[in-house]
Amino acid sequence: MSAAAFNARGVWAIYKFEMHRFRRTLWTGLAVPVITTSLYFVVFGSAIGSRMTEIGGVPYGSFIVPGLMMLSLFTESIFNASFGIHMPRFTGTIYELLSAPLSAFETVLGYVGAAATKSMIVALVILATANLFVDVHIEHPVAMLAYLLLVATTFCLFGFIVGIWAKGFEQLQVIPLLIVTPSPSSAAHSTRSRCSPNPGARSRSSIPSST
Amino acid sequence: MSDSSEPIISISGLTKAYASGLQALKGVDLEIRRGEIFALLGPNGAGKTTLISIVCGLVNPTSGTVVADGHDIIRDYRNARSKIGLVPQELHTDQFEPVWATVSFSRGLFGCPPDPGYIEKLLRELSLWDKRNAIMKELSGGMKRRVMIAKALSHQPKILFLDEPTAGVDVELRRDMWQLVHRLRTSGVTIILTTHYIEEAEEMADRVGVISKGELILVERKSELMKKLGKKKLTLNLAEPMAQVPSELSDWDVKLNADGSELEYVFDGRAERSGIPSLLRRMSDLGIGFKDLNTHQSSLEDIFVNLVTERKAS
Ligand SMILES: Nc1ncnc2c1ncn2[C@@H]1O[C@H](COP(=O)(O)OP(=O)(O)O)[C@@H](O)[C@H]1O
Ligand SMILES: [Mg+2]
Repeated sequence: MSAAAFNARGVWAIYKFEMHRFRRTLWTGLAVPVITTSLYFVVFGSAIGSRMTEIGGVPYGSFIVPGLMMLSLFTESIFNASFGIHMPRFTGTIYELLSAPLSAFETVLGYVGAAATKSMIVALVILATANLFVDVHIEHPVAMLAYLLLVATTFCLFGFIVGIWAKGFEQLQVIPLLIVTPSPSSAAHSTRSRCSPNPGARSRSSIPSST
Repeated sequence: MSDSSEPIISISGLTKAYASGLQALKGVDLEIRRGEIFALLGPNGAGKTTLISIVCGLVNPTSGTVVADGHDIIRDYRNARSKIGLVPQELHTDQFEPVWATVSFSRGLFGCPPDPGYIEKLLRELSLWDKRNAIMKELSGGMKRRVMIAKALSHQPKILFLDEPTAGVDVELRRDMWQLVHRLRTSGVTIILTTHYIEEAEEMADRVGVISKGELILVERKSELMKKLGKKKLTLNLAEPMAQVPSELSDWDVKLNADGSELEYVFDGRAERSGIPSLLRRMSDLGIGFKDLNTHQSSLEDIFVNLVTERKAS
């Protein structure tokens, strides 16, 4: 008997394991984004949103939804992927991954696939929550999902590297802080540039870009 | 390919230098025969775990080759690794996973289709069936080790590595483990275990390899080896401390320890005459009383020193 050229069962085992870990912490995993999103709308929506009525024809409340989703997508992706691979390194259970007939690609596929799934779920939950507060209109659902997937995968791959590189849990926290906190402002900015015909200095400075 | 006379594992010229510069293996050549129980015997730091880790894919060798069941462990790692199961020295477990899930996970990792019947059999054999839904962190150390064994066997490997399987294990588990090892051997699994207890190697193995400071000093059938490792030590707790060994006892290789309150006699455990009865007779003639006595197999470290110096001399 000769081993298959691609260990799909092994990838699936990792994926299932990681998703199972996610389900175990489902409550906190989903409650946190729902609550923060709601707070955003309650606090900013009522405080600022009423004064800033429209940006490029889009109401302010709806306008910030993609930015909120992206912010969570970045942090969740890096955190999930780095934590996912750092955990077996920390507990020592990585011995099993290393001794299994898995290629590096298959290992990454399992971990990054699961982490990307999780962060996409969180982004979609934020979208659904936002929908309760403001009117969200999705122009291109397929393109949106593809965009979410690509961004999630990219940041999960980066997170995987962080998880492999980190020497401890502090470093695991530091990287997202250093990289993600500044990046939503640029991401929010780029989203804005595409949404709004006239990305003026005024809107740039008035949109909350970090938590 | 599965010619039964061909070794199931052949290791040649294996070296490992860790990043720290430490040379953990210095050119190891070893062949493991199909279906045997092989014990790798050596003191802590000898390189046993390093050797096992290379064969199992956890550590990259610096040079040398390993072929497992006809497959090079690097070029053909998929085929090689699917034949091998590993129970590492330390207990590494996913604390929040149930027993059944973690064993099934291992089987999946190795690319095997689910087989609940086999996993059930495995858990029953390891007395884990009642605990199948328990979370790992609720289990005792001994139970965790059983789970590690179940994980290693989950993909029905032909070769099983047990790294210090009885370190810190209670008597019952130790006995169960030996029974399991023998059953596995009967079913055709080749077993390689490491230990730093001579007794363990003696009890279990068909052949023993002695490793020290990264070098395989010798590989022998157990019975041959046991003949070589024969020094024993008799310690007598004297009733009255002595300042020096009386000249009447100079025929025996004795020396004083513990401020003269212990008399130590080293003898060859396998020699025709140990010299003990005559020593004790002479002592009683001299009126030297003792409160207690015990004999002790010389430690592995002593034996290594002997073997290494012997080898250097020849
Ligand atoms: N990852 C590592 N980096 C550096 N040195 C190591 C590493 N692992 C083991 N060593 C060293 O290699 C030597 C052999 O260790 P090991 O193979 O664990 O021995 P054993 O299992 O026989 O006790 C020891 O001196 C140990 O300190
Ligand atoms: Mg060891």
